[in-house]
Amino acid sequence: MTLRWIRAALAGVAALALSLTGCGGDEPTAQDGGGRVTVFAAASLTESFTTLGRDFEAAHPGTTVVFNFAGSSALATQITQGAPADVFAAASPATMKTVTDAGDAAGAPVTLVRNQLVIAVPKGNPHRIAGLADLARPGVKVALCAEQVPCGAAAKMALEAAAVKLTPATLEQDVKGALAKVKLGEVDAALVYRTDVRAAAAELDAVEFPESTRAVNDYPIVVLKRADNPAGARAFVDYVRSAAGRTVLTAAGFQAPPDQ
Amino acid sequence: MTRTPRPRQRVPLALLLPAGLGLLFLVLPLVGLLAGTPWSTLPRRLAQPGVLTALRLSLETATLAMLLCVALGIPLAWLLARVRFPGRRLIRALVTVPLVLPPVVGGVALLLVFGRRGLLGSWLDATFGVTLPFTTAGVVLAEAFVAMPFLVIAVEGALRGADPRYEEAAATLGAGRWTTFTHVTLPLVAPGVAAGAVLCWARALGEFGATITFAGNYPGRTQTMPLAVYLALETDLQAAIVLSLILLTVSVAILAGLRDRWVSAP
Repeated sequence: MTLRWIRAALAGVAALALSLTGCGGDEPTAQDGGGRVTVFAAASLTESFTTLGRDFEAAHPGTTVVFNFAGSSALATQITQGAPADVFAAASPATMKTVTDAGDAAGAPVTLVRNQLVIAVPKGNPHRIAGLADLARPGVKVALCAEQVPCGAAAKMALEAAAVKLTPATLEQDVKGALAKVKLGEVDAALVYRTDVRAAAAELDAVEFPESTRAVNDYPIVVLKRADNPAGARAFVDYVRSAAGRTVLTAAGFQAPPDQ
Repeated sequence: MTRTPRPRQRVPLALLLPAGLGLLFLVLPLVGLLAGTPWSTLPRRLAQPGVLTALRLSLETATLAMLLCVALGIPLAWLLARVRFPGRRLIRALVTVPLVLPPVVGGVALLLVFGRRGLLGSWLDATFGVTLPFTTAGVVLAEAFVAMPFLVIAVEGALRGADPRYEEAAATLGAGRWTTFTHVTLPLVAPGVAAGAVLCWARALGEFGATITFAGNYPGRTQTMPLAVYLALETDLQAAIVLSLILLTVSVAILAGLRDRWVSAP
């Protein structure tokens, strides 16, 4: 009697565990190997990489691309803690370095694209913001990214280059958080990537400023050492770096890296 | 329920096994945290300037949020448990909304109501010049929103379990509903209120999603410990572990300290 109960309980626990792992669609295990490429990519690559993934699947029948989009630092932590990934595309060399330092990369990362900061303002620019200096005006609420994430590090460099000192209303955990605060009208401006504003062009305008060239973010990409599908991973990296891939990325607002 | 003492029995394996597994499941992550702690650099990390600020802000806001929940949640629980009115089941379901809502969505919802352009927020801003997002008050609001259901559910459960005959006896002796509530009902459900308040405080202390969405993140003003932990995680896993450990130690110490007092209460 007791034994039957235990068996039933164990079966229940096992079923639960199975169903739970089965539901975790964001982080699939590439056990089948056959043509699945798992790509961990920075949140700011969401739109363009989703498109590129579809194009890649069309060009390589039988291959599936699975994405895990999140903040680069979170992804780097997941990878160094053993998450199953074939490719890593980061939004900054610093986050890529944590992965290469841990010995998780197969080969040296290459720069895929660059991204530049702009000032995101509500459509029509109601506060007439023309440059970084305007962000320090009294009564202008600004959202920045926290220094710990790539967009925040870039914002700090740009503000220092412009010698502008400001007290932001908030230091957001990622660029999409800063963007959301402008969209909701809680702040009057935010320093975000040009690609982010382009993806939200219906609601936001981008104000370009000269100091953004002093804080350009490079996006490195690399095939990972523990890749279950190294051939597929290399094919995907080659594809996003090809002319076809470049077209999608520049349409999203990214810039081509120099001398590549 | 019979009060006759039950003979000593062997604990059935069918209960012991899952209980042990459950305990293991809850405790193992803590073991992992302790194993990953950089003990040698701990003192240096503790002395870093932002840590105490974030810890103090966390304790203050969680306590304020708990008080807010107690002040509003006990009457709400009483209403749900003691007064029959149409739509009570719906209201009861609505109370649990913050439990099922992803906290980040809760934060967005709070912005849509209390934000600068929100339903109430725009009026607050225009009339009193008060804006809640990005303020410490905003942190309290976000934490209370997420934590209130824990208090309401605990207190309502206690009220439903309490014998209504005591209240009826008080009423026949001439006590009004308010006097009955303060002198009979509340003392009767005090352990339930305490349990609810503890849950509520603990939930408020660990709150992350609604806080960072509604109140943002700024050191000294809205950066609570969970926010500091998350940002530390971006660059330095060990710093994040140390911060988590501090939060854990302080909260467990406070809860254990309070528990001794409450357990002796009836």
